[in-house]
Amino acid sequence: MQVPAPFEYERATSVEHAISLRERLGEEARFIAGGHSLLPMMKLRLANPEYLIDINDCEELFYIREEAGEIRIGAMTRHRELLDSDLLQQHFPIFRDAEEVIADPVVRNRGTLGGSLCQADPSEDLSAVCTTLDASCVIKSTSGERVVSMHDFHVGPYETAVGDAEMLTEIRIPLKPNGSSAYEKVERRAGDWAVVSAGAAVWMDGGTIAEGRVGLAAVGANTTGIGPVSDVLRGATPSEELYQQAGDIAAANCSPQTDQRGSAEYKTHLAMELTKRALRRSVARATGQEA
Amino acid sequence: MTTTEPAPEETEERPIGFGNLLRKEDPRLIRGMGNFVDDIQLPGMLHLAILRSPMAHAKINSIDKSAAEAHPKVVAVITGEDLAAQGLAWMPTLSNDVQAVLATDKVRFQHQEVAFVVAEDRYSARDALELIEVDYEWVDPVIDVRKAMDADSPVIRDDLEGKADNHIFDWETGDEAATQAVFDSADVVVKEEIIYPRVHPAPMETCGCVADVERVSGQLTLWSTTQAPHAHRTVYALVAGLPEHKIRVIAPDIGGGFGNKVPIYPGYVCAIVASLVIGKPVKWMEDRTENLVSTGFARDYVMEGEIAATKEGKILAIRTNVLADHGAFNGVAAPTKYPAGFFGVFTGSYDLEAAYCKMQAVYTNKAPGGVAYACSFRITEAVYLVERIVDCLAYELGMDSAELRLKNFIQPDQFPYESKTGWVYDSGDYEPAMRKAMEMAGYDELRREQAEKREKGELMGIGISFFTEAVGAGPRKDMDILGLGMADGCELRIHPTGKAVVRLSVKTQGQGHETTFAQIVAEEIGIPPEDIEVIHGDTDNTPFGLGTYGSRSTPVSGAAAALVTRKVRDKAQIIASGMLEVSVADLEWNKGSFSVKGDPSKSVTIQDIAMKAHGAGDLPDGIEGGLEAQICYNPENLTYPFGAYICVVDIDPGTAVVKVRRFIAVDDCGTQINPMIIEGQVHGGLADGVGMAMMEMIAFDEDGNCLGGSLMDYLIPTALETPDWETGHTVTPSPHHPIGAKGIGESATVGSPPAVVNAIVDALKPYGIRHADMPLTPSRVWETMQGNHTPPI
Repeated sequence: MQVPAPFEYERATSVEHAISLRERLGEEARFIAGGHSLLPMMKLRLANPEYLIDINDCEELFYIREEAGEIRIGAMTRHRELLDSDLLQQHFPIFRDAEEVIADPVVRNRGTLGGSLCQADPSEDLSAVCTTLDASCVIKSTSGERVVSMHDFHVGPYETAVGDAEMLTEIRIPLKPNGSSAYEKVERRAGDWAVVSAGAAVWMDGGTIAEGRVGLAAVGANTTGIGPVSDVLRGATPSEELYQQAGDIAAANCSPQTDQRGSAEYKTHLAMELTKRALRRSVARATGQEA
Repeated sequence: MTTTEPAPEETEERPIGFGNLLRKEDPRLIRGMGNFVDDIQLPGMLHLAILRSPMAHAKINSIDKSAAEAHPKVVAVITGEDLAAQGLAWMPTLSNDVQAVLATDKVRFQHQEVAFVVAEDRYSARDALELIEVDYEWVDPVIDVRKAMDADSPVIRDDLEGKADNHIFDWETGDEAATQAVFDSADVVVKEEIIYPRVHPAPMETCGCVADVERVSGQLTLWSTTQAPHAHRTVYALVAGLPEHKIRVIAPDIGGGFGNKVPIYPGYVCAIVASLVIGKPVKWMEDRTENLVSTGFARDYVMEGEIAATKEGKILAIRTNVLADHGAFNGVAAPTKYPAGFFGVFTGSYDLEAAYCKMQAVYTNKAPGGVAYACSFRITEAVYLVERIVDCLAYELGMDSAELRLKNFIQPDQFPYESKTGWVYDSGDYEPAMRKAMEMAGYDELRREQAEKREKGELMGIGISFFTEAVGAGPRKDMDILGLGMADGCELRIHPTGKAVVRLSVKTQGQGHETTFAQIVAEEIGIPPEDIEVIHGDTDNTPFGLGTYGSRSTPVSGAAAALVTRKVRDKAQIIASGMLEVSVADLEWNKGSFSVKGDPSKSVTIQDIAMKAHGAGDLPDGIEGGLEAQICYNPENLTYPFGAYICVVDIDPGTAVVKVRRFIAVDDCGTQINPMIIEGQVHGGLADGVGMAMMEMIAFDEDGNCLGGSLMDYLIPTALETPDWETGHTVTPSPHHPIGAKGIGESATVGSPPAVVNAIVDALKPYGIRHADMPLTPSRVWETMQGNHTPPI
């Protein structure tokens, strides 16, 4: 049994309570949501927080709903709920694609969307999903709330824009017509982190792509939205050549490292290959042609 | 995913003897009512944690333990210097080397034991480790095994007097000159470097113990995760100078071993010392990281393989030159005369004209071991070498790999067959097993499908492995470990009411001994298995023997169980002759009762006899009361199980992701005691094989940092990577084993990696690929497809 260093524990009963605890306890305090990243790190003594603020009683953070032209997801929504949500499946099938290959049922029963984004692991799948969907993040503090884009949310590996006295409370995804999305992941083994994964989303205007986005995991310091891919997709007619072009751009715009999961060359190749596949599947879904 | 089959009917079909029978141990294990080492709680028990080196190679200049000692819940902090004062800083390994219990002069691998803390609870013990200050001085590590013998390589074992290099031993087998002559005149010679990377047994339960030295009597009771309780007791007696009769080693339920729990680890010795010094029971349980980074690894052989053949595909000779990485201390568990274990069976299942192996073993700054992971004493490496090099030959000859094997098998009339390296294969009939596997697979149809797919650019591979193992060590004239002969005892008592207790020297770690051994006794004496209690894993309550590893339980202890039961039955027959008033020769045995020949109505059951043996009234002349016996079985030879495995894979050409589509395993372990347990063991070993072939490897960076310190980094396969196993069997009994049984525990682990690798390499044939090294992760497969395959070490 691996045992963590000593820490103190507080259980927050509301968002307001959680933020006030965080404000009082300062930078040595960590929120704990599902705990499936933080607890292993504490057991390995890679993380040694002095205080844990348990936010599992913050019931106002468990929801997936449509509101104001957006899908809004409470930060404590668990993987399992994302996987099962018909509302998400209707608008953003990329979530179910990704959730089917995230970790295992035990982790999915506890782990949360907010926890995943705040962990800011460059290989984390939901971060890539949210990047792909151009999501924004609602960050609350005692002085109010602010909304930041995914691009601004992750400021480096394992670092986010959330300050010491702040809390991520909601993820917002804009709803646009005639869209669909898909997620592709290569892993060494079921439940492993991605060697590389790619998310794609397209919004169609008749036979052409009105807007398209690609997000990649495990190819750089953070999950990455590939802007230049969106430029070639905008107004383009879907074709194998287009997907290849997009894939090549994705490969050219990532900077993976060689590690135990694979060589940088292989990961660059996967960025291309998986971008192609995710785009192909997104378009097939958006145009009702998915087999 | 494994095939789910309904549990066998447990009603009228329940066998008295051999056959499918649900495992007797499962009701308690499934209900969470097992009793593992970490479940042991004793009054006043303290907890021990070990400080480990962050560096692979460093001098220890000083250790300051004052802050740790000041921790309010710490009872003791012990360093190597403290142990050295008691003469306990070093201990012997299973290969007549020495290993540091706690480092004194130098650390020699990352995570080596440096000091330990004993505290009131586990958390405090761990916290106090952070308070120990060690001043290390960096020494360049030796990580690349190929450079270990370079002249300028740092000397790791400067503790050994006069040691000026990193050499451990040279070993050879076979006939070098004869092999050279065959190679010189052969039509075809194929050479390939074949690497079996370092892997870990990774049992679910880590290693640990509870040591309790009773202050007045000096009695040590050690609950320990050990596969070999008796051998451990003797070693403790020799190392620590404790009298052997004052040591009781108990292995309670063990959560998997795979060889990981054969060696004696420093942690066990630390716990014993702590209990001795403090006078209270002390528990030490490794955490997962400690288990992965410091305990007995397996494999780590760089093998240069060569095969010589005629152009028609008659294999003439195999030759290999092996570089063996043994880590910082030579801790290989192998019989004394076999420093390379049973690697000598690298000639496989084929009738050769000559064979030769040369091996050099070296020290590196890595964890010691070299024992484990269901390897049958290095047969895993041998089988991988021969089955891979045979496929390389098939590639060069353009011959079907099944056809090549069929053409070269040792023939049934050649058994007992003496191999060119001196191993006497007891029995075998290879072609039927191979044909059966091919039939189950639909081999010809698979090859047709493969040809069609290749036309379309799809990648499908079919891999074959045909293995022969040599298990059941072993004959005491040849085999010992630290001077202890590899024979095993067994004791059987029949109680007055006809129930029985059988006591074994071997110890289950999940193999199902409590069921299988009850069935062996049941088969011989006709008492139902549920009426037979199997006692094992406690040195005070079982006869001496060397334990469970190397698939030796059934070949050695299983034979002992059968023979001790026959001994009891012989006595029962004499008592029966008295009861029925006929001569012994006039009785016949009907599994559970003796009856008078020609008059079946006159009979007595074994239960009647048991009561008579313990009851009132006279017994036949010269017969003592009671119905029990004990023997020690010395095997005449090893047993040689074999099998034919076929693996089918599909590879996504775009991502290089390999999917194992099918796996067909036909095993022959001689007489089958419980086919369901055999199948279970085969399933586990096949999953092991997929893991090693596709994902498992303990890797190090150039500074000697271990890169596989958690199960997120060191991957083992899940149900999703493994297909529905398709199993079958043939039965070729061992001629020298009392019930004709051979070992099965490791067959699938030994036989499956080459099948998976051969399938992946076969799928890559359109890329001109003849060989690729494990672990074949998607990245390594992709690099192979690009022509950039690099060895993993």
